[in-house]
Amino acid sequence: MVHLFCLRGEKLAFDPVSGSLHQLDEAAWRVLSLLLEGKDPRAEGKELEEACREVEELRSEGLLFTPDHFSSLYEPPPFAPKSLCLMVAQACNLRCSYCFAGEGDYGAAGIMPEEVARAAVDFLLESAGPRRAVEIDFFGGEPLLNFPVVVATVRYGKQRARELGKEISFTLTTNAVLLDEEKERFLLEEEVNLVLSLDGRPEVHDRFRRFPDGTGSYQRVLPNIRRCYQNWASRPRSSYCYLRGTFTRMNLDFSRDFKHLVEQGFRHISLEPVVAPPSAPHALREEDLPRLLAEYEELLSEYLERWRRGEEVYFFHFELDPAGGPCLNKRLTGCGAGFSYVAVDVKGDLYPCHQFVGKEEFRLGSLKEGLTRPDLVDEFRHAHIYRKTPCSSCWARFLCGGGCHAAAYFTNDSLLKPYSLGCALMRRRLECALYALAHKKAWVLSNSPKAI
Amino acid sequence: MKRHIKTLVAGSKPRLGGCGECQASCQSACKTSCTVGNQSCKQVK
Repeated sequence: MVHLFCLRGEKLAFDPVSGSLHQLDEAAWRVLSLLLEGKDPRAEGKELEEACREVEELRSEGLLFTPDHFSSLYEPPPFAPKSLCLMVAQACNLRCSYCFAGEGDYGAAGIMPEEVARAAVDFLLESAGPRRAVEIDFFGGEPLLNFPVVVATVRYGKQRARELGKEISFTLTTNAVLLDEEKERFLLEEEVNLVLSLDGRPEVHDRFRRFPDGTGSYQRVLPNIRRCYQNWASRPRSSYCYLRGTFTRMNLDFSRDFKHLVEQGFRHISLEPVVAPPSAPHALREEDLPRLLAEYEELLSEYLERWRRGEEVYFFHFELDPAGGPCLNKRLTGCGAGFSYVAVDVKGDLYPCHQFVGKEEFRLGSLKEGLTRPDLVDEFRHAHIYRKTPCSSCWARFLCGGGCHAAAYFTNDSLLKPYSLGCALMRRRLECALYALAHKKAWVLSNSPKAI
Repeated sequence: MKRHIKTLVAGSKPRLGGCGECQASCQSACKTSCTVGNQSCKQVK
């Protein structure tokens, strides 16, 4: 299989198994199109002969039509979480009306006691087995509502990891309302990765991200986010700090939000499609797809223009790592929810990921009882791309990993039926990412891409 | 030198096996539409 696509006037071919990307002229495009239709391009006459030879050369070099023999080699990994999402606060100081967590409480408001957080650290370090690196993500709700437990968990986690010869890293996702200088100092000194929520333009952010009294939070959080980001950027870094926004059908022109964030001085940005029931007025719809796909291309133009000017701007979904990406198991199982990644709620109950928290039918067990639903774990272990009909033949499968289990379940009632709108967005993001990868590389080498 | 095709990225097949140390997708900046292609292997780096 080869994926042919046009972007910004260029004809491109992506070989999914080898991860190779090629720029084509009209003759090569015609040859590959005919081959994909099962036709013989040589029957078209002599003018395609040279392009045919080049295609065959690339095929023999393993850079085109590379066969996929991986399905028979795959063994689903065992239940061995190496990454926990800790719901330290199932409560929030904002009332974002698009929140998938029911305004932050997941249907059961509460604050995680320190002993639950410590038990979660112990569970993680034991369950990780021989793996050296483990991770904890402070999530909510708003985790800064329970900052003392965040501090205690970071200290305890680092101490226990050191004693056991392991490495532990932390991530914290916050709306930044409570992100004062003292908290910021702790998080930066402890090298906690930060995900700071900001949707983009003030009116876009304030439409959904409001305080309980209905006022918008943009003006309140921007100074905190700016200060924290600048302080992070000025330090030698082993952690990351990303601004993360959500777009909905109310801002299909989200490339303007990307531009706004860049103009505010931010250089690490992630903008994500909203997770919402189809009946919600802000939910993305199939009819929005042409606009959404075009918008990613618009965002790509802005992104590339910045790079062309020598500005390093990172859009999370455009940053592919073709040479140093993850190994096969990771690529086939995606996020690992339910077996290598689990969420722990405020009571210590275990769920496959943060999006399943509070859904009783997805409760895997608890820190006290251990695993009580091995059958459910097995469902997640076996929800890999070769068992998902659309994924097994999709060109994007080794870059996507099969998509979000929660999105699949909540839209199609099955872990094996991916959220089709999400797939379409993913494929366009990956096309843009491949294009960006090739062109950034060319600029870095001071060798601007030339039309062939 | 090919006249009709310019290879922009010569990729490599996904590595078999693996150490299992790579970062969980949900530890990254997306939170809701995870992917794996933009993750990096610590052993390769």
